[in-house]
Amino acid sequence: MIATAIGFQLNGRQVSLPPGTSPTLSLLDWLRGPAALPGTKEGCAEGDCGACTVVLEAADGARIPVNACLTLLGQLHGQAIRTVEGLRGPDGGPHPIQRAMAESDGTQCGFCTPGIVMTAWAHAREGGEVHEALAGNLCRCTGYRPILEVFATLADDASPAPVLPAPEAACFEAPGQLFHRPVTLPALLALRAAHPGAWLLAGGTDLGLRVSDHRERPAEVICLLGVPDLHSLRAAPEAIEAGAAVSYARLLALFRQEAGFAPFAALLARLGSRQIRGLGTLGGNLGTASPIGDALPPLLALGASVTVASVRGQRVLPVAAFLKGYRMNDLAADEVVVSVTLPRPDPDDIFVCEKISKRHDQDIATVGAAFRLRMKGEVVAEAWLAFGGVGPMAARAPRAEAALVGRRLDAGAVAAAAEALAEDIAPLSDWRGTAAYRLMVAQGLLQRLHIRASQPGAVLDVASYAP
Amino acid sequence: MKGMGAALRHDSALKHTTGEARFADDAAEAAGTLHAALVLSDVAHGSLVALHTEAARAMPGVVAVLGPGDIPGANDIAAVGQGEPLFAEGLVEFAGQPLAMVVASTRDEALRAAAAVRAEITPLEPVLSIERALELDQHVVPPQTMARGDAARAIAAAPRRMEAEFRAGGQEHFYLEGQIALATPGEDGEMAVLSSTQHPSEVQHVVARVLGGASNAVTVTCRRMGGGFGGKESNASWVAAAAALAARATGRPVKLRLSRRADMIATGKRHPFLYRWTAGFDDQGRVLGLQALLAADGGWSLDMSGGVVFRAVTHALNCCDVADVAITGCAVKTNTVSHTAFRGFGGPQGALLMEDVVHRIAAACGLPPEEVRARNFLGAPGKGEETPYGQKVEGDLITRVWAEAKRDSEWDRRRGEIAAFNATHPTLRRGLGSMVLAFGISFGVMHMNQAGALVHVYADGSIRLNHGGTEMGQGLFVKVAQVVCDVFGVDLDRIAITATSTAEVPNTAPTAASTGSDLNGWAAHNAAETIKGRMAEVAAKRLGISPEQVVFADNRVWAERVGANLFLDFGELAKLCFLERVSLSSTGFYRTPDIHWDRATMRGHPFFYFSYGAAVSEVIVDTLTGEHRCLRTDIVQDCGRSLNPAVDRGQIEGAFVQGQGWLTCEELWWDTQGRLRTIGPSTYKIPGSRDVPPIFNVRLLEGAPARSETIFRSKAVGEPPLLLAISVANALKDAIGVEALDLPATPERVLMALAARG
Repeated sequence: MIATAIGFQLNGRQVSLPPGTSPTLSLLDWLRGPAALPGTKEGCAEGDCGACTVVLEAADGARIPVNACLTLLGQLHGQAIRTVEGLRGPDGGPHPIQRAMAESDGTQCGFCTPGIVMTAWAHAREGGEVHEALAGNLCRCTGYRPILEVFATLADDASPAPVLPAPEAACFEAPGQLFHRPVTLPALLALRAAHPGAWLLAGGTDLGLRVSDHRERPAEVICLLGVPDLHSLRAAPEAIEAGAAVSYARLLALFRQEAGFAPFAALLARLGSRQIRGLGTLGGNLGTASPIGDALPPLLALGASVTVASVRGQRVLPVAAFLKGYRMNDLAADEVVVSVTLPRPDPDDIFVCEKISKRHDQDIATVGAAFRLRMKGEVVAEAWLAFGGVGPMAARAPRAEAALVGRRLDAGAVAAAAEALAEDIAPLSDWRGTAAYRLMVAQGLLQRLHIRASQPGAVLDVASYAP
Repeated sequence: MKGMGAALRHDSALKHTTGEARFADDAAEAAGTLHAALVLSDVAHGSLVALHTEAARAMPGVVAVLGPGDIPGANDIAAVGQGEPLFAEGLVEFAGQPLAMVVASTRDEALRAAAAVRAEITPLEPVLSIERALELDQHVVPPQTMARGDAARAIAAAPRRMEAEFRAGGQEHFYLEGQIALATPGEDGEMAVLSSTQHPSEVQHVVARVLGGASNAVTVTCRRMGGGFGGKESNASWVAAAAALAARATGRPVKLRLSRRADMIATGKRHPFLYRWTAGFDDQGRVLGLQALLAADGGWSLDMSGGVVFRAVTHALNCCDVADVAITGCAVKTNTVSHTAFRGFGGPQGALLMEDVVHRIAAACGLPPEEVRARNFLGAPGKGEETPYGQKVEGDLITRVWAEAKRDSEWDRRRGEIAAFNATHPTLRRGLGSMVLAFGISFGVMHMNQAGALVHVYADGSIRLNHGGTEMGQGLFVKVAQVVCDVFGVDLDRIAITATSTAEVPNTAPTAASTGSDLNGWAAHNAAETIKGRMAEVAAKRLGISPEQVVFADNRVWAERVGANLFLDFGELAKLCFLERVSLSSTGFYRTPDIHWDRATMRGHPFFYFSYGAAVSEVIVDTLTGEHRCLRTDIVQDCGRSLNPAVDRGQIEGAFVQGQGWLTCEELWWDTQGRLRTIGPSTYKIPGSRDVPPIFNVRLLEGAPARSETIFRSKAVGEPPLLLAISVANALKDAIGVEALDLPATPERVLMALAARG
């Protein structure tokens, strides 16, 4: 039995969308249009400003803020969402968070406010660092101070988790559109073989842009969210294996606990925003193969591998081989990414992840980097130096690596590596920075690697410095 | 306290947080509403040969494709003067210029069809920099010099002399709610326009001009904006005019809501500036003579560049005095979007000049910049207390705000601590910087300093307040309501705050130049006083006293004073007035007194008063990457006797952070073809919560009621504190040991400045 109508819970009530509803209509357009719930605002339609933040209520009680502009209706099937209109108490009165935000001068123009209230409602349960929580919400009026004060005093309202149905296979049809929602890997692979031109949609934080911002209406979509194999996440002593559709939020939570992954966790905490991490996936980062994908340099530095599958079978290849060029990867037309295996660094490895951008939070890297050094005494035995944003694709820097290997990690070796790096990378000039700046930064990061190694524990970046 | 001086929250705060507050795009659309989308030029400069619209016309849902030929009135949306077409004719002058508009059943259909319109443009060489435009001598505002004394002679006679040049970038408003208008045609040529605008009257005029009708056929309404910051002053007008044109052409309601991308491409921004100056000074850092050119990038058309240049020139010395001075201001014409009003309106750009002069001269003299600035303060020993254009400034307040900010910031202690840190840390450097401001309040165009209000008291004692000011989040509506509360002695919940409408108050000024409360507060006050006077007469008769003995307080009307037991409820009195056939409705009007300006001589008294403020900021810089962060800011801001300290604090904090964005992370980037490439929040970075100084001490200057007769002796606060963010740029110079820095000081500019310093 294949479901044909999109159904989800909205503010605690089950809704079933009429047949023919476009499964790629954004949740935002649906809320503000057919659902007549205009409390959720459109600020940018590119998942960056957070005015459209709503919350996915997970079956385990987790509250996942997401950008309604990037979330497509077909993705929501079987899920539960809450909007600003759904926060009122049983008596119809405002939620304590709504009251607190109003009474603390946390609003001026009020346009960003519903999104910030929803982020706050999620944060009240999820906790964590406040700027990390707010990174996905821009406010142009207040200067944030009163909002931060409210965030510091949030209390969870202990509202119950929704009861969600078991995933069911579904195919939603609309004029000129098919949206497949398989629930097994074989079904997914069969669909992929039959529809090689379809969008493979997991979190949709990249593809969603094509709908929300570019107003595309894809003819065919295969949604990965219902396939359990793609959601497995396992930590073994030697490696972490992450299904391709595991959200960054889940990865981040695991990385924070797993030995050796703290630097990667710190980087992931800056990938997009909570709204992006709630939906975005490693599989997606690999699938788009963007030269500035935040997660790619660490995957390269860790020596991660990708498992891909098709009806023809399965193969495993290193990330370095998977990435083929500017937004190009090694996937055949019938293949999908199933999982990523991230080897655990040795306890003695020096492992560092860096991201340089105009703004610390929710920005795209001007230069991204991940470095891993395996030391033998004071000598560098092996080096993995990977960069993003300085060439057509994320890649290792073999000449710089060679300059380090076999040498003591000192200023001279680092200077030699920095010089060699100029031959490894080919940065461009754009709005994020000039080629000259990118090279200087990439070289500066090697210097910082040296200082990090020689002065463990020293605060070396401005964001970590506590006044 | 309920009335003036109370820290009441924004009247819509709870509606904002519950999502009930309705913005222009939130109202349910009337059946048959159509949607419009603009066709924008992809070319910065060229001859428009043809516009091919056949494909678009054939697309699903398309009702009309409209261009310049479809305009019944004038193809002119100029805010000042004339000659700014709604749709380009013959010549394309910037990438993003509207060429035509598609009207369709849905917004998506309109957007798709707009993308299918093909413009045939023969490219011409675009002028994309201020330098190039200066070479070509092409201006939208020709150079004009404000001079006093003989600057050239003073510079030549001075013991030391310096020349310099620097740049400051523009800024996108990034109001969270983009530009939008909904136009609904009525009978007899009427047009009702719901617009997100700071200037309903101008929307009305421009719509009438484009439709070829009179103002009385056009009603413009605005309940609230999702942010304005100057960006919805002139730019809202053409968006509304386009919607109205489409409504007229189709006979149906039409909504035009710009996408963020279109908004960022097609609407004006803060003016970028180029500065060139020559100064003569002495070894003590006293500036003896100064000649400067402040060249704004006006973009392709005039818009409001004249006013921006006026404010830049009149604020170029900021809080300082130079006896012999010649400041030349102009706005060049380039093939970029027409730059427009943005919070501060040229004032912040003007003030950057003196900061650059102070910092470079301080470095040359081996003195702290704070010392040099203070030696040049208006009213400092040997310095005058009058601006070059002849207006007296309160030097004592300049000295006072700086002394208090310096004290609050623990300046001396932290100087030592920072030096110790910098001496030991391998890569990070901290720095301390300051700013002192003197900002003139009033519109530079004298006739704009007027406001109207309309107050009704109903027979049940409820009050309806309307005025010409618009609400964009700044808390104007609650402040003006507080004024009315104070007049009638009633609680705020008795007053209905209503949408701004050209049908209720005509011929209004924009809500801009920080003047919203000053002007509309007085206008509402005057309206309320008129009604109160009439009510007092009725009360006096009933209470058997004289009208002068009637006191309005605590929602009652008392004989003589509060405490006496002879009183009427306010509602009871209103009912009585109605029965006595006494009018309970009044308009109120206000015009700012004592201001004048002579454009020819560039002298006068253009500002009703000055607002003062000072700030100290500390930053930390990574010398390997140029990344930086503001760690602490201490602010002392003069608000006179604040009408609402909570609202004023919000304005100070918000303006500061917005200024921080302008000077640090917000960078507009045009490619070599003149196309803006930072066209969304993913590429254009405004400050996020982490960018706010973690230690952020904001204090209103105490015991300093305005010396001019402002409403309750309060002072304007919308714009001045934005200048305080210059303290962050100054702190960055201090941290990396340079005396000058082009702005915005992105990590790249900081790292390059470090590299250049060697």
